[in-house]
Amino acid sequence: MIRTEEMMLNVGPQHPSTHGVFRLVIKVDGETIVEATPVIGYLHRGTEKLAEDLQYTQIIPYTDRMDYISAMTNNYVLCHAVETMMGAELPDRAEYLRVLAMELGRVASHLVWFGTYLLDIGAVSPFLYAFREREMIINLLNELSGARLTFNYMRVGGVKWDAPDGWLEKVREFVPYMREQLKGYHDLVTGNEIFLNRVKGIGKYTKEEAIQYSLSGANLRCTGVEWDLRKHETYSVYDRFDFNVITREGGDAWSRYQCRMAEIEESLKIIEQAVEQIPDDGKYMGKVPRIIKAPKGEAFVRIESPRGEIGCYIASEGKKEPYRLKFRRPSFYNLQILPKLLKGENMANLITILGGVDIVLGEVDG
Amino acid sequence: MTWIDSLLQSQPSWTNFAIFAGLGVTMLSITLGFVTFAILAERKVMGYMQLRHGPNRVGGRFGLLQSVADILKLLLKEDTRPKQADKTLFVLAPVIAYAPAFLVIAVIPFTEAFKFTDIGVGLLYYIAISGISTIGIVTAGWASNNKYALMGGMRAAAQMISYEIPLVMSVIGIILFTGSLNLVEIVQAQENIAFIFLQPIAFLIFLIAGTAELNRTPFDLPEAESELVAGYHVEYSGFRWAFFMLSEYVYLFALSALITVLFLGGWNAPIPGIGLNEIGLGAVWFTIKFIVIVFLFMWMRITFPRLRADQLMEFGWKVLLPIALANIFLSALIKELFF
Repeated sequence: MIRTEEMMLNVGPQHPSTHGVFRLVIKVDGETIVEATPVIGYLHRGTEKLAEDLQYTQIIPYTDRMDYISAMTNNYVLCHAVETMMGAELPDRAEYLRVLAMELGRVASHLVWFGTYLLDIGAVSPFLYAFREREMIINLLNELSGARLTFNYMRVGGVKWDAPDGWLEKVREFVPYMREQLKGYHDLVTGNEIFLNRVKGIGKYTKEEAIQYSLSGANLRCTGVEWDLRKHETYSVYDRFDFNVITREGGDAWSRYQCRMAEIEESLKIIEQAVEQIPDDGKYMGKVPRIIKAPKGEAFVRIESPRGEIGCYIASEGKKEPYRLKFRRPSFYNLQILPKLLKGENMANLITILGGVDIVLGEVDG
Repeated sequence: MTWIDSLLQSQPSWTNFAIFAGLGVTMLSITLGFVTFAILAERKVMGYMQLRHGPNRVGGRFGLLQSVADILKLLLKEDTRPKQADKTLFVLAPVIAYAPAFLVIAVIPFTEAFKFTDIGVGLLYYIAISGISTIGIVTAGWASNNKYALMGGMRAAAQMISYEIPLVMSVIGIILFTGSLNLVEIVQAQENIAFIFLQPIAFLIFLIAGTAELNRTPFDLPEAESELVAGYHVEYSGFRWAFFMLSEYVYLFALSALITVLFLGGWNAPIPGIGLNEIGLGAVWFTIKFIVIVFLFMWMRITFPRLRADQLMEFGWKVLLPIALANIFLSALIKELFF
């Protein structure tokens, strides 16, 4: 019998596949992982604490920097929480613009995930194809908000600007184009035997485990749980659109991949309908006081971000600043199942599983 | 090549030495010239397939001098060595990986007239020598004293053992048909029909196993950048790193040339009769076939994801090897019945 020895290996914080500054301390026996300990906090900026000294409108740019892949949903969750507390009424156009921005953001976010996931698995080209389409979305959102990533677009009571002339037309044209490109992705990747072998049956968990670990988003729906806040706890104007909640039964990386790819199509459906339905009255800001003060009390709202349920809790004493602000950051919760999934897997599967969770470090660390 | 033989037989002298040195330099410059432009070509092809331009600054619009500039930069870089590394092995490893890459080119007949040696066991020589490079890779992985490098080195060793065997087995069919291990005779046997048509299975196995030997996607596990950062050469920089990188491309050159010789009929014309080898078209045929194979390797790299280590082993032992063995049996049967 050969004597073997366990080896401690530091994966990250500077590692190509940890999607930022995530660190994973693993014990490996050969290439088999015996134990994995995630170490987080390298990107902690104390958003929640900082927010206690900021007025509500001033917090919005900070939320951009949490989940920087889909900043629009973060903007929304904060504004939504304050609006809920104030009971503010929003004009329809503002709601539609918000939905359009969020759904475009969702497509962009899933595209980033698709590209980087394939990069993790070793295929370089899909990354560049995905980023071509993402670039178009970023340009659209740039026209809308004036920024490429950190939009700072939404305001309590509406949005900062109305859509520029011709913008809706561009969005309308983008939808069929994106559908065409999606077909290309499926041709290139989805049927690839090597890819299927890499993801099928990897990082499997059951429905019960997913719920126990409080997973959300595609990480939950891949086990067959039909739970999408856009549908089941509807907010904004999502009840006016016809779209499906995508679920898969497998609970493995392959199911998660399928979920996310199908969600892009559902988002496109929503975008298509929103462009048709958006009222043309030019009102994009509701009646809110000049200085925003949430009434005394507390509120928790949650919405569906590309990564899962993002929640915002505000405790207010009736001042301009919140007394306490807390975000339920889906990446952070989704990450918790990682040590369990990694046990007994090898190095290559580590990357497949970690990538499949779809974490954004800005969100994990807050 | 009788004049080389007579040179070899004659008394050693400075003239002979100069002639051999000249030949060596010729071979080296052809290979290095290829490597320089193969890197550029790969980056260009990759760029166009990935909606980019690739190099386009150094040396005109097409970035013709980009690779030259890159290699010069590597030459001028500070020579770093990790403190805990095994000094001797660390320095030796790139050389062990690099030298065989050039040695194997000696046996490849580019055209009837243009070849460096003509030894009887050319094919065996190629396979035997090319195996040495893996020792260099394993040594690099061990000597770096880095965990990622070690894993990369171990993967390289496992990969070589698993894929060298189907690689050798797949060419046995060809040896059966020609009755020789001499590469020139193998090409001559394909005057009427290339072996890719007689041995299609062997060609596929050779291509797959060859890709694994080259450590290229989808078999680039020893240096899988998303898992092992850079694998066995994670601690190397400057010209030592360039040695590994260059040897990879020299092997690309050598293996593509070998596939051309073994399966595509070398310098023979694709359609018999229009050979016109007398006026030197042989080199053109060879180059065309060779470029097609090189392009195929680049295309594969750009398209495929990477296999997992255990899948790689399984594929090598459970799929490629049995098929290769079946192919030998089939070839023997066909040879007995029809030839």
